[in-house]
Formats: sequence, structure tokens, C-alpha cells
Amino acid sequence: MLTQEETPLRTVTSGKTLTVFIEGDIDHHTARQIRSRIDTKVYIQRPDELILDLSRVCFMDSSGLGLILGRYAKAVELGIAFKVANPTPEVRRILDLAGTERLIKIETAHQARRAW
Amino acid sequence: MAKAKPVNELKCAFPSWSSNEALARSVAASFAAQMNPTCEEVSDIKCAVSEAVTNAIVHGYRDTVGEIQLILKLYADRTFSAEVRDRGVGIRDVEEAMRPLFTTDPEHERSGMGFTIIENFTDSLRVVSSPGKGTRVIMKKKLSMLPLAK
Ligand SMILES: Nc1ncnc2c1ncn2[C@@H]1O[C@H](COP(=O)(O)OP(=O)(O)O)[C@@H](O)[C@H]1O
Ligand SMILES: [Mg+2]
Repeated sequence: MLTQEETPLRTVTSGKTLTVFIEGDIDHHTARQIRSRIDTKVYIQRPDELILDLSRVCFMDSSGLGLILGRYAKAVELGIAFKVANPTPEVRRILDLAGTERLIKIETAHQARRAW
Repeated sequence: MAKAKPVNELKCAFPSWSSNEALARSVAASFAAQMNPTCEEVSDIKCAVSEAVTNAIVHGYRDTVGEIQLILKLYADRTFSAEVRDRGVGIRDVEEAMRPLFTTDPEHERSGMGFTIIENFTDSLRVVSSPGKGTRVIMKKKLSMLPLAK
């Protein structure tokens, strides 16, 4: 069995859009690995648009907010459009508490792109 | 709610490794399960406990590994309480620390929203801290009543 550390990050590239499907809990422990794997992928691919799909994230705390805001800042720096897609209701509450939508576009279910 | 004896209580201690963040919130959720909380209440408890434990790890024991205590209590009136204790660096100005977006660690992508999330997801939050001695974070949440059978 793969440990959480070894789980590959599922990504889908369509044209110049890179969609990253995050799976599992996002907390301070997991955020470190998720962050470096997203950043590596982005630096290699240099997409025009980066989408973080959160449909498989059942738990997220403020470390997840840090991760999302951090990827947003990086995307802005690199001139990459940035979006968050399909947060579960639990994750949505955290995003809303921080007023994330003032900065970041949050796309919901029906436009979902699927990696499986 | 304040003086009553708890109907159940769980105390545990673990090292401040980040892998224990998930463990701590699972323990809190499992403990609360005996009161049949709603899914939303469970999710609030997990998040609030995760925030306090993460703070003990990343701020309290910033450059070291120390012991974190988690004390969980349930009262007959369906109040859940969780206390997270560390013997780390402590907080100089608690009021400032609790302000939304305030963080002393922006370079590690901290959002400064930890205390704000705990406040929003529980009914009361108390932080007792002294520099050099450590921090106690005590949160309480009243779980909703089961609907009456018709
Ligand atoms: N257990 C703790 N020990 C020492 N300092 C703490 C502790 N918990 C919180 N703090 C301080 O309070 C600040 C705010 O905490 P929080 O709202 O969780 O935001 P963040 O963790 O993102 O910085 C922290 O940046 C830190 O300075
Ligand atoms: Mg925090």
C-alpha cells in the first residue's frame, strides 16, 4: 500500500490548464508535501491556468487556507490564472470564513473535470 | 455548564510531531461520538482541535519537540470541552494573537486564522498563556439536542 507521503498527485492537463486533484486531509502535516508537489508541477509545466480541485478533500483547517493562498500568490507572481474547484461544504465554510472569494475564484460542481 | 462534573473524561499526551495532528482530531471526534453529534458538529470539533494542536506544534514547540496534552470532557447538558496544553514558548499578548489574520509566522504560509476558526466553530474559547511557561487553549461546544420522537 502507498503511504500518504507516496500518494501521487493526480493532475490533468488540458491545453494550457493544469488541474490538480488534492486528496485526503489538508492540515499542517500534509500541506508541506502537497505544496512542494504542486509547485514542482507548476514550475515544470508553466500552465496558463492552475485549478486546485478540492472535491476529495474531506478535512481542511487553516493550514489549508495557507496552502491555497500561497499557491494563489505564486500563481499571480508567475502570471498564471488561478481557481479553486468543487470544495465540499466543510471546506467551503473554511474558505468563506477567510473571505477567500474576494481574491480567488471558486468554481462549483457542475463544471467539474474528473481525473478518474 | 461550568461547575458540573463531567459524565466522561479522556486525557492523553503525545509528542509534538506534525503527524499527531490527525491523531488528535480523530481522538476528539471519537470521544464526542458518544453524544451522537451531528456531522457538522463533528467536523467543527475536528477543525477546532486541529487548530489548537497545530499551534502547540508550530508555535509552542517551534524549534523543539515537546509534550502536548489533550483533555476532553463531556457534560450531562451535552457540552463538549477540549483543552490543549503545551509547555512551549507561550504567548506575550493573547489578545493580539487572537485577532483574525494575526500571525508571527507568515513565511511558513500560516494564515493567521487558527483562533478565528476555533471561535467560529465552538461556543467559547479561552486562552491562558505565559511567556516561557506554555499555553492552555480551552474550548467548549454545546452539542444540539436530539429531536424528540413523535
Ligand atoms: N500554543 C501556542 N504557543 C505559542 N504561540 C501561539 C500558540 N498558539 C498561537 N500562538 C500565537 O498566536 C498566533 C495566531 O495563531 P493562529 O490564529 O492559529 O494563526 P497562525 O497559526 O496561522 O499563526 C500565532 O502566530 C502565534 O504567534
Ligand atoms: Mg494556527
